[in-house]
Order: sequence, then C-alpha cells, then structure tokens
Amino acid sequence: MPSFVISEKCDGCKALDKTACQYICPNDLMVLDKEKNKAYNRAVDMCWECYSCVKICPTQAIEIRGYADFMPLGAVVQPLRSTDSIMWSVKFRNKKIKRFKFPIRTTPEGSIDPKTGMETGTDDLKNPLLRTEPDSLGTELYKK
Amino acid sequence: MITENFETIIIETDLLILGGGMAACGAAFEAAHWAKQHNKKVTVVDKAAMERSGAVAMGLSAINLYLGLKNGKNTIEDYVNYVKNDLMGITRDDLVANIARHVDSSVHLFEKWGLPIWKDEEGNYVNEGRWQIMIHGESYKNIVSEAAKNALKELGDNGEYYERIFITEPIMDGDRCVGAAGFSVRENKFYIFKANAVLDVMGGAVHIFRPRSVGEGLGRSWYPPFNSGASTYFTLKAGAEMTCQEVRFVPVRFKDSYGPVGAWFLLFKAKATNAKGEDYMETRAAELENWAPYGTSKPTPTNLRNYLMLQELEAGNGPIYMKTDEAIKELMADITDEKEAKRKMKELESEAWEDFLDMTVSQALNWASHNISPEETPSEISACEPYFISSHSGASGAWVSGPKDLSPSDDYHWGYDNMTTIKGLFAAGDASGASSHKFSSGSFTEGRIAAKAALAFIVDNPDSANIDDEKIKKLKERILQPLAIFDEHKDYTNDEDVNPNFIKPKMFMFRLQKIMDEYAGGASVHFKTSKALLEKGLEFLEFMKEDSEKLAAKDTNELMRCWENIHRLWQAESHIRTMLFREETRWPGYYFRTDHPTMKEEWKAFANCKWDPETGEWEMIKREIKELT
Repeated sequence: MPSFVISEKCDGCKALDKTACQYICPNDLMVLDKEKNKAYNRAVDMCWECYSCVKICPTQAIEIRGYADFMPLGAVVQPLRSTDSIMWSVKFRNKKIKRFKFPIRTTPEGSIDPKTGMETGTDDLKNPLLRTEPDSLGTELYKK
Repeated sequence: MITENFETIIIETDLLILGGGMAACGAAFEAAHWAKQHNKKVTVVDKAAMERSGAVAMGLSAINLYLGLKNGKNTIEDYVNYVKNDLMGITRDDLVANIARHVDSSVHLFEKWGLPIWKDEEGNYVNEGRWQIMIHGESYKNIVSEAAKNALKELGDNGEYYERIFITEPIMDGDRCVGAAGFSVRENKFYIFKANAVLDVMGGAVHIFRPRSVGEGLGRSWYPPFNSGASTYFTLKAGAEMTCQEVRFVPVRFKDSYGPVGAWFLLFKAKATNAKGEDYMETRAAELENWAPYGTSKPTPTNLRNYLMLQELEAGNGPIYMKTDEAIKELMADITDEKEAKRKMKELESEAWEDFLDMTVSQALNWASHNISPEETPSEISACEPYFISSHSGASGAWVSGPKDLSPSDDYHWGYDNMTTIKGLFAAGDASGASSHKFSSGSFTEGRIAAKAALAFIVDNPDSANIDDEKIKKLKERILQPLAIFDEHKDYTNDEDVNPNFIKPKMFMFRLQKIMDEYAGGASVHFKTSKALLEKGLEFLEFMKEDSEKLAAKDTNELMRCWENIHRLWQAESHIRTMLFREETRWPGYYFRTDHPTMKEEWKAFANCKWDPETGEWEMIKREIKELT
C-alpha cells in the first residue's frame, strides 16, 4: 500500500488551499477526494516510502504499510517530528517495540542567513572563488 | 480542443535553474550573490516542493564527500585518484578536482545553517570512511532548501521560485539555449521560460530497467522513482554532447528495501559472505587481477565488488549476507564491564537504526516486519536494478567545460565552467557526466560552480532571448498532445486504459523496462548483454519511439507521467548506443559484454554521443582521457 490515510483522522486540511500531503509529496501522489474531503495516495506502486507525507500530516492520519510484495504484515514504523528532533516508534511483527530519538536541526526553523555572516573574497565573476570563500573553506583555495 | 483551455504563461529571466534538488539549491544560493551584484534575475523551477524534492527528499545518514582540507586530512590529488580508480580510469580529473576543492566550504555552510554533524570528543567530524562523515540528516533537505529559498529572497523581485511545474523541452535560438517549456502538474497552465542562460539540474534516471519488485514495491527503487531522466533528455534534445552514457550504476544494498550499506561496511566494519560464510572478497581475490591496475588497487572499485558477488550468486552460493551480528560482536569484544557493554550496545543499536531511519525508512520497516535485530541476525544484500546517477558511482551526463586553471587543454575547457557544448546551457549534479562521487555535498557544490559561471556568461552575453509566437504554439501543441489524444479517443472504449488508439504511460514504461532488462543487461539476466542483444533492443526502441506519439493522458498528472517516460526512452537509447560503441567490458559488475569480455587498452577513452536536432541522427565520439594526477 505504502502510504495510506486513516479516514477517521483525515480532515482534508480543510483550512488550506491544498492538503499538507499534496504540498509535500515529491512524486505528486497525494490527492484530495473532494466529495469525501479525505486525502489518498493515487498510485501506491510509485510511492518511495519516503515518509514526507507521514511526517507533515497535521492530524497524524498517514501511516505506511510496507510493500506487500516483500514485507510480511504487522510491523509499523511511525515518526513524530518536531522542530529540532524526531522520535521513531518501531513496532515489530512479533510486537517487540523500539523507540529512538534523533536530533534533526540545530537552528530555529526559518532562521537561516544563507551567507552566515561570511564575506566573499572576490568581486570577479571569472575568479574561481565562490560565495563565502575562502572564509567558508577555512583554508586557501587549491590551485594547480 | 482540450488544450485550448490551457493558459500560456511567459516568464522572462536571466538565469533559469531547472530542478529543486541539491544541485539546484547550491545554484540558487550561489546565483543570488552574483546576480545581486550585477542586477540580474534568477528563476528556479521545480517539479515538486523544494523542501522535499530530489534524491535527498527522505534525508541522508552521511555526507559522502568531505575532504577535511583545512585540517590537512586529504589532498585533492588523493580524491581524484580514488574516483578515477573506482571508475576504471574513466574520469574527468579536472571536474572532480574542481568539485573537491570547493566541497568542504559547502559542508561548513550546511553545519552553520543547522545540519547536525556527528562530532567526536575533540569536536572533529566523525568519519564513516575516508571521505564520508556521519550526520543526523533527517532534515538535510529541509535545511538546505530553506537556505536556497532565503538566498532567492535576497534578490527581492529578481528572485523567483516556481513549484509543481514539469519542464520538458529546451528552447533554442540558433545554437544557443534560451529557455525551457513545461506545464503545471496541478493546473491548466502551459509555461514558457525565456532566459539568457539555463542550468539543467534535474537529477538522474530510475525505472529505465525493470525493477526487481514489480508489485507495490515497484516504487522502492534505491534512487527515487521521480528522477526520471529529465536532465539527459533536456541536454540531448538541445544537441549537447553527452559522455559516459554507458556508465550506469548498480548499487548493492540490503535486499528489497535497498537500505544503505555504507555504515555497515565502513563504520561497523561488517563483512559480506556467501551462504557458507565465506568472504568472497578473499576467496575470489584472484579475479581482481584480470581488471588491473584498477582491480589490484585499494579500495576495490565498486563495480568489481559487485562482480565478485554476482559470480558467487551465479555459482549457486547465495544468499549473500551482511554479517551485522558478527560486526556488532566484534565491536563489543573488548568491553568487559557489564554497564559499559550495555551502554555501548544501546549506542550501536541506535546508530544502526538511525542509518535506515534517516534515509531509507522502508528498510527499518523491512527489518521490523521480518523480526530482524541486526545484533542477532545477518541480513541479505543484493544488487539493485541499474540506475543513471553520475553523482554516485555511475558517470552518465553532459560533457561539460572544466575550469580554466585546472583543465589540461582546450578540449576540456571552453570558456565557462560546467557549460555544455551548447551555448548558454549549463549542467551540474546528475546532469553532468564523468565527475562521479560528488554525492549530495558535491552536487550542491557543482551547482554553485555552474551558477557562478552561468552568471559570468550572462554578463558577457546579455542580449535577451528571441522566441517567436509560432514556436511557442508548436511547443504547446506537442507538449500537451497526450491530453488531446486522450480527449479525442476516450469514448471509443469503456476502459480508459485500454484503447487501440493510444497507450497510457504506465504500460509504456513497463514495455521500456522489459526491453531494457532482457536486451540491455538488466538484473534478471545478471547484467549481461552483447552486440546482438543490444541491436535487437534498439530495434524494439524504434517501435517505442513511434508509439510515443500516441501516449495519452487523462489529466496533468498523467501528462507528467507521459513525458517522464519519453525522457526515460531517450536515456535508454543513449545507453544502448553507447554500450554498443564501447567494444569491451570495463565495469563487469555494472554490465558485461559477453562478446567482448575483457578490458582493452584502446578503450581507455570516453565514449561520447550526440543527437543532431536538425537531422535526428546520432553521432558517436571517442575522446581522449587527459589526466591531472
């Protein structure tokens, strides 16, 4: 199935012009059934199981059921992603459960200053130095 | 006509960046700075949403290219030699060196932007292998795309980002590329982008060959299924010279879900063995001498490691296992204190699972569904189907200009870094060839190099594009044709997918995959092919080219699928033609020419190709290898 939407939990992201899963899916698979006001994955065999829709869903309505052509039923891997970390619950087929938490980001969301205050060592478009170099390199640029 | 409902939108810009992955983000970051200085406009067009578009959509658990130049850890020459050996001598040293000399700067920026990089007690990056560093990379792409978008904002009205627009055709003005045409995948809108320079960074190609899983698991390719050959199609159609179109990549990964093996091999020092527990890298070491000097150098080239494994399978000695259990046992061996052992085991377990959860969640699901704990049970590994990805251990892409100060001759350098042989058309990441092993950080870096060079081109050639209305009308008709075909014939049958008047993109893709798998050396024939097989395959591709005129789409999503598969068809044809041209076997673990089973000195050369937009003829070109090191 790869990603699937739990009907009861999905509210079709009603306040938005498109659902969060429609916004994010890198393969344009998530669509909104306008009559039911529920999202669904329109081509499960083109799903990469990238979890982008699972992570972004505001009502946690999306889960993944592993590809049935090679995965036995019963396992669940579910994330809970915050602004600086992600928590994973891994439920085995035999009901064993593991939990992991990993950092994902060290700066506040939206705060990035691209050049991070570093200067660029040239104004010449033909000079091989790139933006923020040599500062960002921490050393001289290699020359032959 | 249904296509009359499509509004035509014309956007004018200076630098047009096509793509939204790592290379596109690098290009946007770099271009913003130089465009601001010269009052130029930058436009980025992405088929998805940049936050999660491209191959790094899911995240990564490592950055595979970091030299550590500031600490004197490695030299540029070391890296060039490593890449060249891995690719059996077929590499543009100048391009690899150019990426390598800048890449650390990109990684330092990622860290400042907020990417958590693993550190040791002294505060140094933790290396996975010599060139690889470990990261907590679930949000790698979110972070990098935020920097790219914020960079575009520095330009005010001169920085634009369009998402969910699928680009399919280059627009030419004589011998110069002056823009691109495409459509919205969500609305009835047809787009023309006019530009003074175009940067092609639309990724590699997947689903050319039949995948090993063909049910739901069809989508679980190692490289993402949404990378469908747009880069190659774009440069080929513009008439640009291509290189290394035969150098596909066949990754060996954890079986079926294709989880990464790098951390297991490099960080945990695990071994792969056959069913009897024999390490085939040792028992079959003599075979490597047949591929000297590359086979006898360390580290053993990726394709040769594959080859020894394939020989093992053909001998009936499968399954092949990654001995995760033994590796963990080894890492725990010296720990006698019980408390410390518990702590260490927890740490290793967390590292092992994070490796999958950061970049291939499906593999974690696969372990959980089979009740596999890596410290207790070894896991099967296998060779994936072939992909086209020059940023990893493949090499297919456009033949581009190297940097003036590093490139050995005029053959390798023609004015602007990373410009293709077409004026105003640049390529980077998976779109540029013969510069393998750039990975995420190197692709971002190459995007930066190309963007700066493109701005230099724009300043030197500011004259704006000339595209007449007749050309726009023709492009619109051709690009939207699958919608018109569906509309015209859909009522003839009562099944929207089965109709003698057209073919739907999905079956078109399956036909291509079957041809490529069976004739062009796919996974089901153990990657073996020959002149006779390749010529037969090419014959079948001719039928496909004719049938591509009858592709039908019921909506804009299917229209995208139609064009993705036309792109795949072009990638496939250039691949077959180049394998035919190179009469030897050089990468036996990627593909094996049974009629030319050995490596030949006269083929220590680039096999390039070019499609002529005027005549529709293909030209095959042999180019000399000029080494820096």
